[in-house]
Amino acid sequence: MQADLLNEARRQAEICNACRYCEGYCAVFPSLHRERAFADGDLTHLANLCHNCRGCYYACQYTAPHEFDLNLPAALADVRQASWQDYAWPRSLSAIFHASGVALAAALVAGFAAILLALWLLAPAGGEGFYAVMSHGAMVAIFAPAFLFPLASLAVSLRRYWRDTGGGALRSADLVAAVRAAARMDNLGGGHGDGCNFEDEDRFSHARRHAHHAVMYGFLLCFLSTSSGTVLHYGFALEAPYPFWSLPKLLGVPGGILMVIGTLLLARLKLQSDRSLGAAAVWGGEMGFLFLLFFVAATGLGLYWLGGTTLMPGLLALHLGAVLTFFLLTPYTKMAHGFFRLAALTQEMRRLREVPR
Amino acid sequence: MGKSSTEHPDVVVIGGGNAALCAAMTAAKAGARVLILEAAPKPYRGGNSRHTRNFRCMHHGPLGPLVESYSEDEYLADLLKVTGGKTDEGLARMVIRASEECLPWMEAHGVRFQPSLSGTLSLARTNAFFLGGGKGLVNAYYRTAQALGVDVLYEAKVTHLALEEDRVARVDYTLDGEAKSVSAKSVVVASGGFQADIDWLARAWGPAARNFLIRGTPYNRGVVLADLLDQGVAQVGDPTQCHAVAIDGRAPKFDGGIVTRLDCVPFSVVVNKNAERFYDEGQDVWPKRYAIWGRLVAAQPDQVGYAIIDAKSLELFMPSVFPPIKADTLDALAQELGLPPENLRATIAAFNAACGDASGFKPTELDGVATTGLTPPKTNWARPISEPPFYGYSLRTGVTFTYLGLKVDETAQCSVGNRPVANLWAAGETMAGSILGEGYLAGFGMTIGTVFGRIAGREAAAHAG
Repeated sequence: MQADLLNEARRQAEICNACRYCEGYCAVFPSLHRERAFADGDLTHLANLCHNCRGCYYACQYTAPHEFDLNLPAALADVRQASWQDYAWPRSLSAIFHASGVALAAALVAGFAAILLALWLLAPAGGEGFYAVMSHGAMVAIFAPAFLFPLASLAVSLRRYWRDTGGGALRSADLVAAVRAAARMDNLGGGHGDGCNFEDEDRFSHARRHAHHAVMYGFLLCFLSTSSGTVLHYGFALEAPYPFWSLPKLLGVPGGILMVIGTLLLARLKLQSDRSLGAAAVWGGEMGFLFLLFFVAATGLGLYWLGGTTLMPGLLALHLGAVLTFFLLTPYTKMAHGFFRLAALTQEMRRLREVPR
Repeated sequence: MGKSSTEHPDVVVIGGGNAALCAAMTAAKAGARVLILEAAPKPYRGGNSRHTRNFRCMHHGPLGPLVESYSEDEYLADLLKVTGGKTDEGLARMVIRASEECLPWMEAHGVRFQPSLSGTLSLARTNAFFLGGGKGLVNAYYRTAQALGVDVLYEAKVTHLALEEDRVARVDYTLDGEAKSVSAKSVVVASGGFQADIDWLARAWGPAARNFLIRGTPYNRGVVLADLLDQGVAQVGDPTQCHAVAIDGRAPKFDGGIVTRLDCVPFSVVVNKNAERFYDEGQDVWPKRYAIWGRLVAAQPDQVGYAIIDAKSLELFMPSVFPPIKADTLDALAQELGLPPENLRATIAAFNAACGDASGFKPTELDGVATTGLTPPKTNWARPISEPPFYGYSLRTGVTFTYLGLKVDETAQCSVGNRPVANLWAAGETMAGSILGEGYLAGFGMTIGTVFGRIAGREAAAHAG
């Protein structure tokens, strides 16, 4: 990682450590206040623990024009961002896709092209519904590797990340506590439960937390929907298309709607917020990623409503192309943050357990 | 922004910190049209309240973040201990009694509290800490005030209050370099002390004050205070005195705030620029001695001191905002700090030779581990400075606030001679000298500001009818 990013975060953390006024906002400050000196791994840990709620920035008496010029949310966002790129495997891909919405769009187009090519080359002899356009076997042949490769890549990244930020044995209790914190987005509660500062300077609100919940739970519902379809297909020989009163639809339709609403809300909040308090260099890439998520969800819903029409083959290509892009780029886009965040929360639970009382 | 309110307010509040905001919100809630004239630009709004962190509060049982109870008598006793009896007991008791009811009021006006900060456990029973510190409180109050219809002008510097007969007829101020004035039925002054006016400080204290650092806002220049005192408004507090503590000598000239504190002195040998010791570093725990050290350092040549520790003491105190100067030998450290090396070597050697059995060393209490035959002695925590690397911090005098202020009665009203000024009230640091004649009690400034701010707001609104 660039030394200047770490040095700036270190300079700011040392000032914070002499102040401590922000201790109650989130997990970052109690963690910071336990240290006297900040190794690179400690700063990476703090950076990934930070949810960019900005409470500390608006409460800080040392922000510009003060000569200390504190902007901890931005300093940590820069380190966090750089850490995702550094730990990504293979690394060269990540710098491109994190920073650039244009590169994401290009990948999306490439995804369509790949799917259309597959449709043409692997045209099925028979089959119904979607499988009339692409056989189930072809879909599995494309998507199983596209799903497994990112998981393998993330596993490599997270192993290195965990080692560098403190390591230690992975305990299920810590993981459960971390999942619970992530599930409720505790760190966007502001400590007082009034929420965070994001879209309107120092006003506290739950808007970002709720929008993030919509995307996260929407995504999980969609993921469960696909998983349930796989189980029905292989376990019960029930093939798509599924009726409305079936698990894949009951999970997927609300999931898709939540994702569409959540991504739009997040994009709006992002437009309202002050860019200089985040990782300004990747603003475009983050917007591009939100659009990709929106597009995956919207085309999925489109298939539900228009699956019986002549628009279906085109929509299917768009949807599968977007999903393919999304999966393949998971280690190299903002999507990676969820995995690193969970690792940081777990590491923090482990560190907390080891604090002498 | 309502034009009528900026041009014809019922109440003008001068200042933009805690006391000013408490007065403004209270007056607005009572139905008055309120205008705040804040001298600072928006990022620096809030005066010294920006740098505060807690509120000392009487309570009869667990209250908000506060544990157990803290009685009126105990609170008063704590206050009398630090003021050496220079306290108006009647006003002090009134403030203390009112503090309990303030805490829920503060919460209702947007302030959020947090458990006492790490390193401040001793205050968990007596002081309620603001989540995010004083700027968080100030932000919340501005939001609430604006929702109540209070108008705020930033960079509005009040230059003069035209006192005619027994009332303030007009408030003159500048805004964007333009002279303006406003007439209001009631005026509340809550614009702090004069500690940021270095010339005034030097006139009051002596030329040494030019080397002092000002811990708080550069906007507390005492312009309104001087203007009112010049017109015969009753004053209170020692005009030559300020509350000053020993802080990190590398701190900014203004606005360094909390982070510039240095807690290393009890574990150090402290020398002046000639590398000579001048006072018992181990006389008492640091929270009880940092104010004395502000004065001690002020009395040294060039108003500077140097605290020297060795490797074994580095982690015994709160981390400093800037890393210490570090060297492997005392000579190298002297070079880095700009001290005469032979003197430092001699001073440390004499100190080390005077140290005895240090096995009873206990950093968190008065351990009686003292020097023998040394002048001045070190009466606690005396361990030889022997284990490299060696570390040094420079110390300077940091001014927190000044005592000179406006004398008020229990309704926060100002007076000329023995007659009240019919429409003038004061709150916060600018009248705190009425209660706090000497010393300081952590969190009491915010208590005075909140209690008197609310009283001033209530009275000002009632007068405006």
